[in-house]
Amino acid sequence: MNPTADSLRATFGDAIGRAAPARDGTTVVVVAAARLAEIMRWLKDTPGQRYDYLVDVTAVEYRDKERPLEVVYQLRALERRDNLRVKVELDPQGELAVDSVTSLWAGADWLEREVFDMFGVVFAGHPDLRRILMWETYAEGYPLRKDFPLRGRFSRAEQVRQALNLNPEANYSMEELSIAESFDELPADLRERLRRGERSKIPGSE
Amino acid sequence: MKHVIDTKEISGSPNFQLTRFQKLVDWAVNQSRANSLWPMPFGTACCAIEFMATAASRFDLARFGMERQAFSPRQADVLICAGRLPFKLAPVIRRIYDQMPQPKWVISMGACASTGGIFDNYAMVQGIDTIVPVDVYVPGCPPRPEGLLYGILLLHKKIKGESLFDAVKRRDEQPLDERGLRLPPAEIDEISEPFGNSVHQFRSS
Repeated sequence: MNPTADSLRATFGDAIGRAAPARDGTTVVVVAAARLAEIMRWLKDTPGQRYDYLVDVTAVEYRDKERPLEVVYQLRALERRDNLRVKVELDPQGELAVDSVTSLWAGADWLEREVFDMFGVVFAGHPDLRRILMWETYAEGYPLRKDFPLRGRFSRAEQVRQALNLNPEANYSMEELSIAESFDELPADLRERLRRGERSKIPGSE
Repeated sequence: MKHVIDTKEISGSPNFQLTRFQKLVDWAVNQSRANSLWPMPFGTACCAIEFMATAASRFDLARFGMERQAFSPRQADVLICAGRLPFKLAPVIRRIYDQMPQPKWVISMGACASTGGIFDNYAMVQGIDTIVPVDVYVPGCPPRPEGLLYGILLLHKKIKGESLFDAVKRRDEQPLDERGLRLPPAEIDEISEPFGNSVHQFRSS
């Protein structure tokens, strides 16, 4: 059992739920959703903990309706070579919202977008929370939820129609383009459009 | 044979001369087209690995006039869809098909491209024939290179049966209708029907 679990309980008290090693030996700690951001910051910044690498963010929904939906954070302390798995439990029938950890680990950006895309978990404070695997106008819901039918909600003809009417280029956001270091070298009109937050349109594609 | 005997009797007529000329033109055009197909590989999955093997030296696509892989649709004759096609790629393959100049053909390589294969789920196109017209379906998961070569030879045979002067045999452009579909919705639903074990699943709406 990872000693971090006891330190967490000593520091945060009631905010820490059950803690036990999983079958692979990694310690799993369930924490309160309301204090997730605070706990994660403590795990990352406290000397002696220093979980500086966010391996993965994902979510699990179980078949039993009573079990909560879990958002899973897999952490690693690179220097100490130690792993920790932090879970947040959410009510699948209620509002699925949890704080974003992108301010701590920038790599959480796309991982949280994927969880949002597949499960509909809203990460408060995420800079650009959009669908990442399915297209942005996808209207059938969240595919990995247990109430989602395997073949989707629409008929195949409707799915084909919606897919064929997509404009593939329109789904790149200007925010993504602006990540490039070369922002200052872009043409003036493109920079202006980026500042306005406009979605990209290939000239003449309309 | 009766047809041939009949035409022999009127071998002096202008219609006979015209038909002979048309056949000669068709023969020359079809031989040229069939024996210099330039493939546009649209490889999305493991079928693309078999396609690479087919193009490499042991199986050697170049023997059939496919020396040049056209990675630009503007310089391609035959679109080879090798692998599964998610809905997100549907507008992409349709645009690639639209960009190819006539005459053009499509080979659907493998179970996933032809029917959706084992991926009977929310994300996957159930057969690329709901998106683009397909000439040859190559079965297999993935097909062996011999299978793909056989499909290409079948396509050669098909091309050699085409005629510039026969509207039925000539392949015309097939644009999308006003709904943005290639086929009527009922037909797409029918093509996409589940098969095998997957019929036990249900749709919620």
